[in-house]
Amino acid sequence: MGSNSLHVLKGINFTAEAGELVAIMGSSGSGKSTLLNILGMLDEADSGDYTLDGVPIKNLNETKAAKYRNKFLGFIFQSFNLINYKSALENVALPLYYQKIPRKERQVRAMKYLEQVGLKEWAHHLPSELSGGQKQRVAIARAMAAEPKVLLADEPTGALDSTTSYEVMDLIQKINDQGNTILVVTHEDDIAHMCKRIIHLKDGVIEKDEKVTQVRASQYV
Amino acid sequence: MFDIERWQEIFDTIRKNKLRTFLTGLSVASGIFILVILLGFGQGMQNGISEEFKGDAVTSIWVWPGRTTIEYKGLNPGRRVQLRNENYQTVQSMFDGDYEKASILYFPSNVKVVYNNDLLVYDVVGTNGDLQRIENEFLSAGRYINEMDVQENAKVAVISNKIKREVFGHLDTPIGEYISISGAGFKIVGVFGEYGEEEGEEERIFIPISTAQLAFSGSDKISNLNFMLPEMESFEATVQKNNDFTARLLTYLKQAHGVAPEDDRAIYIWNPIHDAERFYQLMGGIKLFFWVIGFFTIVAGVVSVSNIMLIVVKERTREIGIRKALGAKPWSIIGMIMHEAIFVTAISGFAGLIFSMGLLEIVGPYVEVDYILNPSVNFNVAVSTVLLLMVAGSLAGFFPAWKAVKVQVIEALRDE
Repeated sequence: MGSNSLHVLKGINFTAEAGELVAIMGSSGSGKSTLLNILGMLDEADSGDYTLDGVPIKNLNETKAAKYRNKFLGFIFQSFNLINYKSALENVALPLYYQKIPRKERQVRAMKYLEQVGLKEWAHHLPSELSGGQKQRVAIARAMAAEPKVLLADEPTGALDSTTSYEVMDLIQKINDQGNTILVVTHEDDIAHMCKRIIHLKDGVIEKDEKVTQVRASQYV
Repeated sequence: MFDIERWQEIFDTIRKNKLRTFLTGLSVASGIFILVILLGFGQGMQNGISEEFKGDAVTSIWVWPGRTTIEYKGLNPGRRVQLRNENYQTVQSMFDGDYEKASILYFPSNVKVVYNNDLLVYDVVGTNGDLQRIENEFLSAGRYINEMDVQENAKVAVISNKIKREVFGHLDTPIGEYISISGAGFKIVGVFGEYGEEEGEEERIFIPISTAQLAFSGSDKISNLNFMLPEMESFEATVQKNNDFTARLLTYLKQAHGVAPEDDRAIYIWNPIHDAERFYQLMGGIKLFFWVIGFFTIVAGVVSVSNIMLIVVKERTREIGIRKALGAKPWSIIGMIMHEAIFVTAISGFAGLIFSMGLLEIVGPYVEVDYILNPSVNFNVAVSTVLLLMVAGSLAGFFPAWKAVKVQVIEALRDE
């Protein structure tokens, strides 16, 4: 980095309780992606502590980070990031492959999650045969499949129209209702208000951290 | 370690990326195929050239006299040189142990060969038993001229397969038949054949040298002096030995016949080894040429495999990012890519190997072109090239995979 190093985050301090649904908001350059990378163990903070479910996350080598990601975290991306030559079912089963779960059991468990997101009939379709909303629901099922402690969603509705966005948010709310902790990075106000708490980031610091009254997405569906 | 889950994952990937797999496999298989065919024909050429030289023993030396062209010690030029038995005897004692076989020939002139009142137009040659090895002749029936025949001036003859076919075709065997040579009856005791294509040398009837000299007013004249030298450990050493022997032999013969040392028309010498030397050099050149082409074929194969692996990994960067996000350990990703690369190159490499070797095996024996005989390839060489391609393919897969694994997940997944 040398002289070009740039401090993106300048002191972030917050705690998310189990079962929370937190929105992280901010304009581009506010540091929300960096924060998400750190939370996702894809990047490491220069200083500070990160504790996940009582486990301090620091000085990770690649292998250990991979193990923690697999065990603790589920990712949902803006552009879905499904493997295009694998069927919906195989995509959902992939994290289980890295948990060394036998093939048969993988498929049963993957099918269960696909059913939960309402895509059981689409299990053997390739991602290219699915709509954007369906793809994101497959991605959500995949994030859920490993039964992680935290779901990290990076602009999960960024590539979807508003109706589909609300469907996806409805699904995320329902998963949260089951007790899962979810962090959603977004820049859309209405999506943020479908969460229970909003953290506003600006120029690398927390500008505002507020609890909000959750707007249920189901009323728009 | 056999990991069934890994294999299933790889078979899935291969099944769903048929074109990519097919192209990788094709470049490997065709590289191996071309190499094996090239090497096969290199070997075929070597076989073919060796076959051409079966006509005479390669280490033989042939000596026959001519006329002097230079005045020497008061002797006029234009004098005919005549080899005699005593030259042969002196050579025998002088060069004993330097050569393996030696024979002398006498070609009687104006002889008439008759069988059953038919005049036969074949050459009659007086010789001793060693000629068989020097000329590289095989026996089809009976025996060759031997020492005893020479000592006893026996009236026996050895004929060629060609003569047997042309004159004695109506008989089961010509052995025991009598032919008349200038009025004297000779009993046929053997039938010989020549290796190689040409039957030109099968125009001859052999009789003992002593009988030929005695019966056809040759007294102690010799027309031709032949030697066969032992083969040395290397071809160069054999050539060296041959040259030494020839030089010493010429010195003696020139001295004995009053020929100027610089006169090269008085006594002629033919060394098949010098022809052979040229051919062996040519053959070495051809083999080297094939190896160079083969080497570059393999290089091209390695490059194309590497290229494909680079593209494959590039194409899969996003997939690698996804797998990493889902908790794949770096080595499991590198392992997966290399596993696939090795598997595909191995299968297609051996397919190319089996196909090309099968082709050589089936077509090889039917190839009937001059200087190419039974093209075939050394199995170990072929297998080594397949292994080389496999190593190259996996190395070519390793480095980009290693780099791809090091890429930050977020970067790998970034939208283009």
